[in-house]
Amino acid sequence: MILQPAALALQLIALLVSAMGLYAGYYGIRILGRWDPASGSEGQLELERRTYLVSTIMSYILSFELMSLFLFIYTADDLHSLFTGAMCAAGTLAVNSFGYPALLFKIVNFLLAGVWLIVNHADNRGYDYPLIRVKYRLLSLIVPLLLLESGLLFAYFDGLKPDIITSCCGSLFSHESRSISGDLASLPHLPMQIIFFSGMAITLASGLYFYSRGRLAYLFSAAATITFLIAVAAILSFISLYFYELPTHHCPFCLLQKEYGYIGYLLYATLFGGAVAGIGVGALMPFGKVGSLARIIPVIQRRLTIIALVNYLLFTLIVVWTMVFSALKLS
Amino acid sequence: MKRAVERHLNILEFTLASLLRRKAKNLSLLAMYLLVIFILASLLFFVTGLKREAAVILNDAPDMVVQRLVAGRQDLVPDGYAAEIAAIRGVTAVRPRLWGYYYDALNGANYTVMAGDDTTAISEKATIGAGVAKVRNLAVGDLLPLISYDKAPLLLEISAIFPSASNLVAADMIVISPVDFQQLFNFPSGQATDLAVTVRNAKELPTVAAKIAARFPDSRPILKSEIQRTYQSVFDWRGGMTLIILASSLLSFIIFAWDKATGLSAEERKEIGILKSIGWETSDVLLLKFWEGLVISLTAFLLGVILAYGHVFFLSAPLFAQALKGWSVIYPDFKLMPVVDAYQLAVLFFLTVVPYTTATIIPCWRAATIDPDAAMRY
Amino acid sequence: MIELSGITKSFNSGKSNQFTAVDNVTLVVNPQQITVFKGPSGSGKTSLLTMIGCMARPTSGRIFLRGVAAAVPFQQDGVEVVEITSLPERFLNDIRRSTFGFIFQQFNLVKGITVLENVMLPAYPTGEGRADFRARALDLLEQFNIARLSGQRVELLSGGELQRVAIARALINNPSIVIADEPTAHLDTKLSQEFMAIVGRLKGEGKSVLIASHDPIVFDSALVDSLVEMRDGAVINSRSCR
Repeated sequence: MILQPAALALQLIALLVSAMGLYAGYYGIRILGRWDPASGSEGQLELERRTYLVSTIMSYILSFELMSLFLFIYTADDLHSLFTGAMCAAGTLAVNSFGYPALLFKIVNFLLAGVWLIVNHADNRGYDYPLIRVKYRLLSLIVPLLLLESGLLFAYFDGLKPDIITSCCGSLFSHESRSISGDLASLPHLPMQIIFFSGMAITLASGLYFYSRGRLAYLFSAAATITFLIAVAAILSFISLYFYELPTHHCPFCLLQKEYGYIGYLLYATLFGGAVAGIGVGALMPFGKVGSLARIIPVIQRRLTIIALVNYLLFTLIVVWTMVFSALKLS
Repeated sequence: MKRAVERHLNILEFTLASLLRRKAKNLSLLAMYLLVIFILASLLFFVTGLKREAAVILNDAPDMVVQRLVAGRQDLVPDGYAAEIAAIRGVTAVRPRLWGYYYDALNGANYTVMAGDDTTAISEKATIGAGVAKVRNLAVGDLLPLISYDKAPLLLEISAIFPSASNLVAADMIVISPVDFQQLFNFPSGQATDLAVTVRNAKELPTVAAKIAARFPDSRPILKSEIQRTYQSVFDWRGGMTLIILASSLLSFIIFAWDKATGLSAEERKEIGILKSIGWETSDVLLLKFWEGLVISLTAFLLGVILAYGHVFFLSAPLFAQALKGWSVIYPDFKLMPVVDAYQLAVLFFLTVVPYTTATIIPCWRAATIDPDAAMRY
Repeated sequence: MIELSGITKSFNSGKSNQFTAVDNVTLVVNPQQITVFKGPSGSGKTSLLTMIGCMARPTSGRIFLRGVAAAVPFQQDGVEVVEITSLPERFLNDIRRSTFGFIFQQFNLVKGITVLENVMLPAYPTGEGRADFRARALDLLEQFNIARLSGQRVELLSGGELQRVAIARALINNPSIVIADEPTAHLDTKLSQEFMAIVGRLKGEGKSVLIASHDPIVFDSALVDSLVEMRDGAVINSRSCR
C-alpha cells in the first residue's frame, strides 16, 4: 500500500470512473430493455433524456481516462526511486504483476470510449436513433472493462511496498535481493523500421484511397489499427533510442519527461488520436446502409479518415525528424 | 467546424454574463472551492518542497553508514571495525563519526552534538546552528555553557554560526572537538557512534555492504540510496496521510457542490425553461453548464494555487508546518525553494476539479432536461 | 401547411391522476394565414400549440409539417413533408429553431440582461456568427421602434415595450411560423390592438401565425383567417373566417 498523493488521486479517479461507468451501464441496460421510439409515452421520453446523460458521462470518462493515463505513467516514474533497481516508470510498473495490465486496460478503455463516442456521434445524426442498440451493447461491454481496470489499479498500488530501511537492517538484506527488470523486450530495430514505415505508408495510401473513392474502408481501418500496434512496438524498438540518443534505452515512458521536451505527450496524443479515428472508421462501416445514416456515415468516416491521417502523419514526421537530427546513428 | 466554434463562443459569453448575474451564489461556491484547493495545494507544495530539501541535504551524506546492533539496538562501533572495513577492496575511506543528542533543561530543546574533524574543530570552541543561537541568544565570541554527564560545566566559545542556508539540517547543531565530545558525554575512547564509508565506485556499494555484513554479523550497513528512498517514502506517507485526513473536507466540499448544483433556484429553473422554450436544446444547456463549471473551477484553481504558493514559499506554511515537519523545540526557520511543476498541478487538478466536475454531472443534466414547454405552463 | 392526425396528449399515464390534455385532434392549419385557437383555459390549446411547435411530443398521433424540409439537413432530397412526432429531441429542436418563433403569455424574457441580448438569445446555439445575428436583432428593434432600449435591462421596461421585445425575439431566427400563447392576457385594449396590428404585418410578410387566446380582441379581429374552437382537449368547431 502506498500513500502518495498522486497514487491517491489515481485511485480516486478509478473510483469515480467506475461509479460513472456503472451508473451509465445501468441506464444503458434499461434503455436496451424498454426502448420504443414509436411511443411518445412519458417512460420513453424519460429514456431519451437519459441518453444525454449517458453520452455526457462517456465523454467525461474518455477525458478522465486520457488524463489519468498520463498521470499514471508520470506517477510510476516519480515512484521509481522507492524501488531498488527501478530506473524509471518501466521499472515501477514491473514491481508487481498488476502494473502493466492496469496500463494496458487504461489504453484499451480509452480507445473503446473513443469509439463509443464516435458511434454515439453518428447515432445522434440519425433521426430515428438508428444505432441505439449497438451503442448500448457496446457500453455494456465497456463497463466491465472499466471495473477491471480500476481493480487492477487498486491491486497495483496495494501491492507496492517500497524498499525502505527496516529496524533490523538495511533494506538490501532484509529480503531476497530482487531485481526489477526495467528493460522491456524489444524487437530488432532495422526490420522494425521497415515494418513501421511500410505500415504508415499502407495506412496513408488506403486512407487516401478511401477518402477519394469511398471504398476499402475496412482495409484502411485495419491498417490504422495494426499500424497503431506496430508504432507502439516501434517506439520500444528504435524510436525511443533516437530520442534518448542511447543505443540501449528502450523505455517508452521517459519520452514524457522534461529532459526530452515532453515530446512523448505529442507522440502519444497523435498516436492515440489517430488510432481512435482509424478504428472509428471501421466501427461505423456496418451501419453505412442504415436508412437514416446512409448519407451521414460516409461524411463522418471521411472526416475521421482525415483526422487519423493527419495524426499519423504528424507522428511519422516527428519520428523522421528525430531520426535525421539525432546524434545517434543506428547502423 | 466554424459553426461549432461560434456556438461555443456564444454560449460561453452567455455563461460569463450569467455567472456575474448570480454573484452571491457563485461567490460562496467559489470561496469554498478556493479554500479546498488552497489547502490541498499548500499541502502538496509543502511536501514536495520538503522532499526536495531532504534530497539536497542527503546529497552531502556519506555513501554508506555502518552501524552496530546489539540486541537489536544501535550500539557504539569499536575503532577496530573501521580498520578492517578500510581494508576491504574498493573502500577508499572509513571515518568514525561521533554524534549524539544533548538535552538542554533550560528550554527543553534537544541539540544534535557532533564531533568535527580533528583538523577543523578546536578544543573549547563550538560552531552552532542558527536555531541554537536563537534559543540561547548567542553571538560569535559568546560562551555556551553545557553541563557534562558528571554535572560539571563545560564552557565553549562560539567560533562560528552556520549560515541560515543550511538551516534545515544545521539549526539544532553544535559541532565541537572530539575531545570535548568525549568529555561532555563521557564517551568511551576508541569507539564511534557509527562509521561513514566511502567507496570508489558507486556500483560496488552493495557488494561492499554485503562483505561488511558478512564480516561483522552485528553490523548494519545503510546506503545513501536507501536513506533517500526512506525519506521520500516517509514524506509521501505524511503527505498521503494528511490528504486522507483532509479527505473529509474534500468530501464535504463535494457534497456542498452537489447541493449547490442540485438546488437550482426558482429563478434559474425558470431561466433554463425560457432558454429551452426559445430553442435551446438539452445539449446546449449542458454546454452552458459545462462552461459554467469550467469557469468556476479554473478561477478557483488558479487563485487557490497562487495563494498556496505564497503561503508555502513566502510565509513558510504557518498553517501546518508543525504537523508535517515534525521537528522539536528548535524549529528550523527556513524558506523552501519555490518549486511547482506540472505534475503537482495535475495531481491537484485530479483531487479537486475532477471530483467537483463528476459531482455536478447529474445535477446539470437534470437542469438541462427541463421540459421546453415548462415555460408555457407558468 | 401543418397537418395533425389523431393527436392525443396525456399526462401521468397509467397513474390515478392521469388526465388527457388533448384528445384525438385532427386538423389542418393553412400556411401564411392567421389561425386562432379559441377556448377557455384548460381546453388544451396551449398543449396543442406546444406539440405543433415541436416543444413536446404527443402521446399518440401524427403531425406533418410541409415546406420545412429545407431546415432539416438530414432528410433525403425531395421530401417535403416531415413527420415530427417520432423525431428525437435534437431534431425537433432544429426544426423548432429554424421554423417557429414563440411569443409567451408572460413574455418570458430573461432578467438581468439587456433587451438586445434577450432578442439575440435564441440565436446563440445555432452557431451563427455573433455579428450576423446582432445586426439582425438591431434591425428588428428598429422595426419595432425600441432601438433606443437595446442597452436597457428588461426589468425596467413597460408592458408594451416588453411585448415588442418578445415579438422581436420570436423573429430573430427568421421563422416561417409564429406561435403566440395568450399574447394579450396581460395587455390593455390599446396594446392588444397594437399587437394585432403587428400580427397583421407578419402575415403580410408571408408568415403563418398561430394564436391561442380567449380574448375577443384577438378572435374577433378582422385579420383572423380561421378559428379553431376547443373545449376539454377536443376541437368542437373549426371554420374559416373568409
